[in-house]
Amino acid sequence: MLGDKDRIFTNLYGAQDWRLAGARARGAWDNTKAILDKGVDWIIDEMKKSGLRGRGGAGFPTGMKWSFMPKEVKDRPHYLVVNADESEPGTCKDRDIMRHDPHLLIEGCLVAGFAMRAHAGYIYVRGEFYNEAQHLIAAIKEAYDAGLLGKNACGSGWDFDLYVHRGAGAYICGEETALLESLEGKKGMPRLKPPFPAGAGLYGCPTTVNNVESIAVAPTILRRGAAWFAGIGRPNNTGTKLFCISGHVNRPCNVEEEMGIPLRELIERHCGGVRGGWDNLLAVIPGGASVPLLPKSICDTVLMDFDSLRDQRSGLGTAAVIVMDKSTDVVKAIARLSYFYKHESCGQCTPCREGTGWMWRVMERMVTGNARLEEIDALEDVTKQVEGHTICALGDAAAWPIQGLIRHFRPEMERRIRARTEKLAAE
Amino acid sequence: MPKVKIDGVEMEVPAGITVLQACELAGVEIPRFCYHDRLSIAGNCRMCLVEVKPGPPKPQASCALPVADKQEIFTRTPTVQKARKGVMEFLLINHPLDCPICDQGGECDLQDQAMAYGFDRSRYHENKRAVPDKELGPLVKTSMNRCIHCTRCIRFATEVAGVEQLGATGRGESMEVTTYVEQALSTELAGNLVDLCPVGALTSKPYAFEARPWELTKTESVDVLDALGSNIRIDSRGAQVMRVLPRLNDDVNEEWISDKTRHAIDGLRHQRLDRPYVRTKGKLVEATWDEAFGAIAAKLNGLDGAKIAAIVGDQCDAESMVALKDLMASLGSPNVDCRQDGAKIDGPRGSYIFNAGVRGIDQADAILLIGTNPRLEAPVLNARIRKRYLHGRCPIGSIGTADDLTYPIERLGAGPATLRELVDGKLGFFDKLKDAKHPLIVVGMGALAREDGAAVLAIVSELVAKLNAVREDWNGFAVLHTAAARVGGLDLGLVPGEGGRDVAGILDGCQRKEIEAVFLLAADEIDTTKLGKAFVIYQGHHGDAGAHRADVILPGAAYTEKPGIYVNTEGRVQVGRRAGYPPGDAREDWAILRALSERLGKTLPYDTLHQVRSRLVAVNKVFAAIDQQAAGAWGPVGEPGATADAPLKSSVANFYMTCPISRASRTMADCTASRAHLMAAE
Repeated sequence: MLGDKDRIFTNLYGAQDWRLAGARARGAWDNTKAILDKGVDWIIDEMKKSGLRGRGGAGFPTGMKWSFMPKEVKDRPHYLVVNADESEPGTCKDRDIMRHDPHLLIEGCLVAGFAMRAHAGYIYVRGEFYNEAQHLIAAIKEAYDAGLLGKNACGSGWDFDLYVHRGAGAYICGEETALLESLEGKKGMPRLKPPFPAGAGLYGCPTTVNNVESIAVAPTILRRGAAWFAGIGRPNNTGTKLFCISGHVNRPCNVEEEMGIPLRELIERHCGGVRGGWDNLLAVIPGGASVPLLPKSICDTVLMDFDSLRDQRSGLGTAAVIVMDKSTDVVKAIARLSYFYKHESCGQCTPCREGTGWMWRVMERMVTGNARLEEIDALEDVTKQVEGHTICALGDAAAWPIQGLIRHFRPEMERRIRARTEKLAAE
Repeated sequence: MPKVKIDGVEMEVPAGITVLQACELAGVEIPRFCYHDRLSIAGNCRMCLVEVKPGPPKPQASCALPVADKQEIFTRTPTVQKARKGVMEFLLINHPLDCPICDQGGECDLQDQAMAYGFDRSRYHENKRAVPDKELGPLVKTSMNRCIHCTRCIRFATEVAGVEQLGATGRGESMEVTTYVEQALSTELAGNLVDLCPVGALTSKPYAFEARPWELTKTESVDVLDALGSNIRIDSRGAQVMRVLPRLNDDVNEEWISDKTRHAIDGLRHQRLDRPYVRTKGKLVEATWDEAFGAIAAKLNGLDGAKIAAIVGDQCDAESMVALKDLMASLGSPNVDCRQDGAKIDGPRGSYIFNAGVRGIDQADAILLIGTNPRLEAPVLNARIRKRYLHGRCPIGSIGTADDLTYPIERLGAGPATLRELVDGKLGFFDKLKDAKHPLIVVGMGALAREDGAAVLAIVSELVAKLNAVREDWNGFAVLHTAAARVGGLDLGLVPGEGGRDVAGILDGCQRKEIEAVFLLAADEIDTTKLGKAFVIYQGHHGDAGAHRADVILPGAAYTEKPGIYVNTEGRVQVGRRAGYPPGDAREDWAILRALSERLGKTLPYDTLHQVRSRLVAVNKVFAAIDQQAAGAWGPVGEPGATADAPLKSSVANFYMTCPISRASRTMADCTASRAHLMAAE
């Protein structure tokens, strides 16, 4: 379990002042100049050594991502873009960072922006996060007024401007290239990759898009050293992580914990356990709506990090743990997620546009058992036809929950179909 | 050049192309819907997925993936086959499958590819999506249930046509292609949307339910409705022309044609002259060929050549023009003119053609438009200029009244005075032209077809000299004609001979009774009231202005009904072919002139098309090089003189109606009304 001394987000619950004075009291903005003075190469190297993996869901090593930016600024400026379009169902970590500890993020932006030779950063905030954006804007103003941003930020000699842009509430705009399109004022539709944003991103300029949490932890890592961060968690899955636990637990919460904490420990220690006891657990979605769910048998032992969840054919995603006890209609729960993906598909590419609607409609029938047994196989086949064939990962995200359901709860789906068939036959 | 392995076969391909293009080079077919050579890459249909090594462990969209050295491409693996089958199934679940009542049937990409890559039955048991149809104007019919969201139409409208009026609204399966505000597209290239649509979502409105592609005879020919000479394919059933489609020719029209080229053809069915007429007691009365020729012979025999004149129309083939020239020569008349609009051009060839060629536009790095509105005069050429603009670093200036050309222009001024200032270096744009390596100066009929046309041309010639725009490696002097027959006519020397009269002189002579007989070879764009009491012979295919005034009418053939050679504005000699026979008693034009000459006792020395064409080459050897653009000689052109203040206004006011064919077309009338409605709404 993570000790208090190792916590990065020390005001996660908003008990203290979120403004600059409070943030400074907690250690933010403490001699940021010294970090910048160590130079770009040192920062990137330190980030690499820390083993930090992107906190937005895909888990790509952050230091390596930063190193993809061109080594020299040529005719096109570099940009840092922070993805604060937190819309993954079940996830609410970035929101608390922005409203309770915005200065962690802002300081991170300066450090990251400096490391990727960017003079400008954009924070793309989910449209629904109105109050969070207000906190962020106020905090940025404080930072400007204190000379921490703007010309010669923190006295480092580096100019850095930071802007907040509010989205309009489309899930797809959390996909990095769709986010860039939206930021440019276009319809939020993912771009084809390659070219990757590090080559041609915002307005065709080298750009790195990072999650709020990835950026917000950077200054603390650089201040306390990569070794400290790498010492927490398991190899290749290092550091601390914000978990968002919701659903059928006694005390749903956001909590910063060590990577690789056992799921059961996470739930029992921080959330007062599953409603009605551990044995009342049916399944857990461990990483936000996009990852396949895990039945109780796996939940008993699984560790919460990228690799161990991948080994269980699920994923850490955004670490949004959705707990479902035995009162849950699990088929209906997944059908609702399918509706979400159908609703949020951008409509650009064929498999996702057509497939999400198809999958949702079949799932709705599965809820009542209004289907034939072989349709379960057909449904799984359809998910495979979507997965891996789309421009962005939304297609995969729509397919995986259903694949997880079929993998672990096929008997329940079959039972419903049989029950309905028998009921109809009896009538 | 990168070396790639496609399905195990190693080959070298040009750097910078995509995997899909590499596969095409290798002769490996890659199915696709959204990809199109001349549009930006969307990568959204996902039909072209292939496996690539090295690369991620999932199939890649080959249309968007650049080739790289040592790449291995697999197009026939089970993964790829499954991906294609999957995409095909997805495309079909919400497609109505109403092929029997769909106009695209038989030439539908979805139909063809479903045969090759699809299932033979559906696993989709839900309701299909229903999408309201959209209104895109009088030319494009929509059936949006069939749309597969490839966005080719959106990309064409935005990129090529330059009208940002098509787009997609809604998300996911609610996405709809629409004009946002339910109004007709204000582009002259709308018909191309129909060609681009890979399914039957966008079909041709005038052609709706008219024919199936397999019933049609296809004839490769050339368009005459503007001076660009777009390469076309005429699809006909029996004698009737059913539709016109573009042919690929990167030198001329790429693969686009204008709406007039495509849709004016219903004009070929209306107002046709299908038999000879002779005016008796003030009324035109049906006659036989013999009677018509008799009436002409009665008038012309013994008449002094100086009292006879001929005016050549804008859509004549070279064969009929050379026959007329020879006939007039044998009658002793020097009064011949092929410039109905009075354009002041008769210098060396280099002074009346678009020397740089259409391809030259791609090369130009500064463009000046003088007295021309290419959007109305040659929309496809205008799209080429827009393409150049999109490529960047090419300032475009305009002297004249051109308005919205679909790309930004620097409006320098309207009249010849502005041109004078420019030449004198008083305008900033002069430096831009001066700095350009390949300055292109496009001169339209708005600058030349006026009293002071020769003086204007002289100023342009001065500009050319100052810019050194005509030199060994580059000829940036370009005349944009509006008449398909004009360059051919000038090449054949259909201009007044020694002491002869031009069009204005002929009309003047008619009123002074110095001209007693006028031969109009399909010439309808002159003021016929000025023909006075002259005896008018009209030979043409439509009952337009000329025929109304005529004393004798000789029914000729329209461009789809005769083999004919046309020279486009670049000076490119192209061959049109016969798609059907002219109606009734109408005949091929050169043959009519040949028959008439015999009756007049001045028999022309050719009996076959081949002999006429030999005569063409004898008159001017450019006619020997078919599909080639022969370079033109350059010399001092124009005549320095005073210029008027009137603006250099394009001669085309209504794009849709510029000739007898388009004026007789109901579709063009609909388009005119629709555009007027749009303008009024603005």
